[in-house]
Amino acid sequence: MTPVLFWALKGALFLLAVAMLCALARLLIGPTAQDRVMALDCLYINGMLMMLVLGMIYASNVYFEAALLIALFGFVGSTAMAKFLLRGEVIE
Amino acid sequence: MNPMGALPLWAEILTAVFAVLGAAFAAIGSFGLVRLPTFFRRIHAPTLGATLGVWCITLATGIYFSVQGLHLFLHAGLIALFVALTAPVTTIFLMRAALFRERKGNREAAQAASPDDA
Repeated sequence: MTPVLFWALKGALFLLAVAMLCALARLLIGPTAQDRVMALDCLYINGMLMMLVLGMIYASNVYFEAALLIALFGFVGSTAMAKFLLRGEVIE
Repeated sequence: MNPMGALPLWAEILTAVFAVLGAAFAAIGSFGLVRLPTFFRRIHAPTLGATLGVWCITLATGIYFSVQGLHLFLHAGLIALFVALTAPVTTIFLMRAALFRERKGNREAAQAASPDDA
């Protein structure tokens, strides 16, 4: 791996970390519950992207399955929470 | 750092450009989440990271592993497809929940202001 790609991937990691911090700030200060759910949604997508970049840095396929699982369970989690905000129960 | 051999330069440049571009899109989207004033404006911001960010970074992953492993690596497209299918569903649910809760809050506030008006 040349220094160009190495530092580019490190920069991508830094940008994603900044993105996760922004989402975390909204998660903590968000005035309403739907703000917090939306911030959590953004947070898991950023975490999944970070997983993909880490897989490229370490040249390993293992991170890929983890990213897929994060995407899957993140979707289930935020949909369940949004449904709970809508009706007051998850399964009716 | 790289056990499986070096990549050609064009692949490294493409991977680097798409990875940084996707991360920048995700960062801009998340920054909008902090910056914008109301919920109904904020809900537009993270979609930038969920569409362009995810597509760019999965493209970078696909190029990287395809060139490195010398066979086509299409699994990353699976993630992009999955996020493209699921992100609108979550957004629609959140939007409806926010509208419902806002209307409910307005109704309760109106009733609290004038109880005999209902």
